[in-house]
Amino acid sequence: MQPNETTSEEAKSGFDPNTPVGTFIVAATLCFVCSLIVSAAAVGLKPLQEQNAKNKMMRNVLIAAGVWQDGKNTDADIPELFKNIDVILWNLPEKDGETGSLNKELKAADYDQAAAASTPGGSMAIPAADDVSGIKRREKVSKIYLVRDADGKVNKIVLPVYGKGLWSTLYGFLALDASTREARGITFYKHAETPGLGGEVDNPKWKSLWSNTNSPLVLRDDQGQTILDVTKPGNATQPNQIDGLSGATITSSGVENTIHYWLGPNAFGPFLDQFASGELSLTP
Amino acid sequence: MASKAKDVLFDPVFKNNPIALQILGICSALAVTTRFDKAFVMAVSVTVVTALSSTVVSMIRNFIPNSIRIIVEMTVIASMVILVDQILKAFVPAIADQLSVFVGLIITNCIVMGRAEGYALKNSPGMSFLDGIGNGLGYSVILLVLGLVREIFGSGTLSMPGLGTMTVLPLTSDGGFYVRNGLMLMPPSAFFLIGLFIWILRTVDPSQIEKE
Repeated sequence: MQPNETTSEEAKSGFDPNTPVGTFIVAATLCFVCSLIVSAAAVGLKPLQEQNAKNKMMRNVLIAAGVWQDGKNTDADIPELFKNIDVILWNLPEKDGETGSLNKELKAADYDQAAAASTPGGSMAIPAADDVSGIKRREKVSKIYLVRDADGKVNKIVLPVYGKGLWSTLYGFLALDASTREARGITFYKHAETPGLGGEVDNPKWKSLWSNTNSPLVLRDDQGQTILDVTKPGNATQPNQIDGLSGATITSSGVENTIHYWLGPNAFGPFLDQFASGELSLTP
Repeated sequence: MASKAKDVLFDPVFKNNPIALQILGICSALAVTTRFDKAFVMAVSVTVVTALSSTVVSMIRNFIPNSIRIIVEMTVIASMVILVDQILKAFVPAIADQLSVFVGLIITNCIVMGRAEGYALKNSPGMSFLDGIGNGLGYSVILLVLGLVREIFGSGTLSMPGLGTMTVLPLTSDGGFYVRNGLMLMPPSAFFLIGLFIWILRTVDPSQIEKE
């Protein structure tokens, strides 16, 4: 184990790494070379990684909106598919009774929502009583994606949502129809739930229950109250009920809580009310 | 010489398997084997890291001061792991997302360190490279078997890397006949499967049984 047999070789070359000076030289050289390699890789591959991260978000907005066709569309189609989608920034309500407002100061293209959610200035603590989805903090400004049809009318709204499941926070997008009552799609792009159990939130069959237009899932009633109910598997009978995932009670109720929080009065609720009543003018 | 190289390369696969005989690297074998494609990428990553770090450690073995040799090995290994992590994130982002922290944790995989310390310090770069690949293969065999069994019996599917997921056993929840085995998706099932694998291996080759 000890490389003692090599000492004679080193004696010949005149360099003995086993002296304090030798040890120091070897350590310094090694650190320098390794840090060069690591930083070259990190800097060199950064643009590619950032593009990947951006594509992933945009792809998931398209998936939630039901525009993306898996296996048919590739990342190269994203800019084309995004032509019919407007991104607006919305100031979420910070106190009870506030309704929120359109944010005109920031630019949607430059706004990094994930970064804002983790900085003190860009985020706020959620009062414990309101925090049904267990996320503790959320950003003050959120992106909202408006999907327009061929005539330029908004026919779907895609909202970023997140909340606690069993092991992890689930991050995703929820699509609603223009009446803001019915679900049009859901997708989660980041979570660490048990594969095969809670991880089945990614199952296309379950996701299709959210985007079904023949018997749409009703999320909000006519008063704007969130009425979504995730039931035990096989127990969903009403339009506002959806079967939970089998073997994943906590993940299922996590999804329910997440939607109750984000569609509730402390998040997107007031926006959706204003949008549905036509008070909000969002011209393209 | 050729037969020695062959031994170095293939011995760790069944005769001297790092997981089954040396019981190293168990932690990651539990964490990343719920899906076959995940296990595959992890296996390739560990093989590459072990081979590269063993080669580099062997190349500089005459200059490594004895007193800080573990730190030197760690530095080399950590650099290789960061390199692999960055490359995965840039070129296969979907799988990098699924593996999340476990790529970074290759640094703490005992197999990598064990080969650097136990083999590369005393042998030539070429042989160390083969030894790294061989031990990586030994690790891969177990990971792939675990991934295969756990995914088929836990989820009823098989995800081939790069080819998408196919259904092997249609689940009752999707209208099929198979009731999924939830245990297969939990970490303990990997312990049972590794145990069974070791049992089979030692029945076939009784010389691997420890003397009492």
